[in-house]
Amino acid sequence: MITDIIKASVAASAIRLATPYIFASLGETFGQRSGVLNLGVDGIMLLGAFAAYYAVFETGNLLLGVLAALIVGMLLGLAMAFISVTLQAEQGISGIGVYLFGLGLSELLFQKTVSTPTPIEGFPRINFPVLTDLPVLGEIFFHHNLLVYVAFALVPISSFILNRTTFGLQIRAVGQNPEAADAMGISVARVRYMTVMIGGALAGLAGASLSIALLNIFQSNLTAGQGFIAVALVYFGAWRPYWVMGGALLFSTVNALQLQVKTIENALGINVPSEFAVMAPYVVTIITLIFASKRVEQPTALTKPFERGES
Amino acid sequence: MMAFVHRFFDTSKLINLVLNISLLLLAVGAALLVGAVMIWLMDADPVKAYQALYEGAFGTTNSRAETLVKATPLLFVGIGICVAFRGGVVNVGGEGQMIIGALAAVWVALSFDTVPRFLENIPIHDFPHIFIVTASLLAGFLAGAAWGGIAGVLKAYFGVNEILSTIMLNQIALQLMNYLLNGVLLDPDQKDRVNRIPKTARIQDYAKLPRLEWFSDTPTRLHAGLIIGLALAVVVYILLWRTTLGYRIRAVGQSNRASRYAGINVKRQVLNAILISGGCAGLAGAVQVLGLQYRMQTDGSAAGFTGNAGFNGIVAALFGGLHPIGTIPASVFFGALLIGAQSIQREVQVPASLITTLNGLVVIFVVSSQIFIKRLTKRRASVPPQPTTPKSVPALQEEPTQ
Repeated sequence: MITDIIKASVAASAIRLATPYIFASLGETFGQRSGVLNLGVDGIMLLGAFAAYYAVFETGNLLLGVLAALIVGMLLGLAMAFISVTLQAEQGISGIGVYLFGLGLSELLFQKTVSTPTPIEGFPRINFPVLTDLPVLGEIFFHHNLLVYVAFALVPISSFILNRTTFGLQIRAVGQNPEAADAMGISVARVRYMTVMIGGALAGLAGASLSIALLNIFQSNLTAGQGFIAVALVYFGAWRPYWVMGGALLFSTVNALQLQVKTIENALGINVPSEFAVMAPYVVTIITLIFASKRVEQPTALTKPFERGES
Repeated sequence: MMAFVHRFFDTSKLINLVLNISLLLLAVGAALLVGAVMIWLMDADPVKAYQALYEGAFGTTNSRAETLVKATPLLFVGIGICVAFRGGVVNVGGEGQMIIGALAAVWVALSFDTVPRFLENIPIHDFPHIFIVTASLLAGFLAGAAWGGIAGVLKAYFGVNEILSTIMLNQIALQLMNYLLNGVLLDPDQKDRVNRIPKTARIQDYAKLPRLEWFSDTPTRLHAGLIIGLALAVVVYILLWRTTLGYRIRAVGQSNRASRYAGINVKRQVLNAILISGGCAGLAGAVQVLGLQYRMQTDGSAAGFTGNAGFNGIVAALFGGLHPIGTIPASVFFGALLIGAQSIQREVQVPASLITTLNGLVVIFVVSSQIFIKRLTKRRASVPPQPTTPKSVPALQEEPTQ
């Protein structure tokens, strides 16, 4: 009985905690499919998280918070696109630059404005008629905040866009063979700008989901490296939205378990050092990457700037 | 005719150097300018702020010493980054490699709880001290190299992107540190307490790197780690530009394919580059423990031990033109920024995180400015090509392995 309750609450919080990963890594999937690796996701998440938190802190309007995060994210995406597409800078290193910039600026702004981590009223949990009252299932699936559902809804939408629309075809063409795409009249730069901006906006939203939906607070380095995990999840999920979601759920499940590690230890009578529980998803990711890199082709032009006339 | 002249007066190389240095200075200048605007937007006086920064970093003997103390780990990590990036390996695992290096060094240092008899019998002045410190440093280097080596093997033989694997390894190293400092390495004095502070015992005097007492009359925290770092910069410079190993590493960084045609074992050089790079970061961690903190302590975060040196070392290396010697002044510069940031916070109430923001901008500006060098070199295409001229940032883009 006790273990059932634990299972339900672990499953519920796993689904909740997957939200920021799903937003950020879906966004990153768009960028990488078009050939741009944005390693600055964590920095964009932090600034998005702060923007949303501050907007809600001042106005109490949650949608304004979401909007602020989307705009800030998109602007940073624009900057990243300018750096990596127009200036053709090395993407891994410039991403570290964007990360440091976001880490520093979000803390700086927070110190100058709110300065002490003050809880805010975030997105409430939705109560569905009948469904929420279902035993177990109600708690696992039908008692989350709005952003959780938006995140999961974005998975089929992203998959549809990438695989079934002209824009998706352009994205994949630009990521696989920019020369051919260019010859067919697709503007490589335009497509990449758009995907990186979509990625930025979703990274901003990922930050918002932390600061105004899951934790309802802001503090220095709120994301604690989740943006880097999101980048890894894209490789992990072989650039496919559904697989990426699977990876996000794996990570969030371990995070959820870790939150309840004491309860579980007491219930099952086992003793795992919590450090190893925290370590586990990273080890799993590395192992998965070993197998993934052998079997799955990454977008051919990933991290390669495009310039006409260069082979 | 031009070709003839160029064979004897290598003006192209000199122009490149001047160009590179001016672009680097421009990038930092631009970042500081953005910083000034930000300070101004926060209703503070930028001139006063930067004055406070300068005074805080260089104003007194002690602040100068603190600047150099802060620069030391940046120098070690930065030297390693030079090797990795020159070899085309983006090692962002400095944080984890520092932690693992420090753990190994403190472990070895603590295992000498007394001086073994055989060391005392060797008739060299202060031999036990030299031996134990060297052994601890070596352990730090090897452990850091091994930790980097994991990512190296994964990249070279399994095709796993090293950016991802080093980020994962950073997190794993952090948890390993938390586990060990709460467990086997925990200070015996802390064991029986209810609220344990996760830290090791203090290392013995004979395991410490000496402080540099000649630096000033009053005692400062400046330690011999700095001297080791300077020596390492020279050694790595010689390694990169005066040995076959260095030539191969750089060749692989410039072009995977060309190196393969030239018969270089690309995989092994990738591994070599990250082994050396990880070793340098490991030394950074070891030196922090043996020269400065004399023990290891964790607040649960990586930055709590490293002070973000694993990332800031990348910034220093980029500003140093990915050259070990250039990394020396670059490290001092960023050490000064980090120390001066505290005075900015005190004097004009601008949070010290401003400096992290500026560091990010420096990285972005330096990497972005490479296109101008590329464009200018292309324009001078009539000049005979200089295949050996190192570009500031080598081609890090991965080429297909097959």
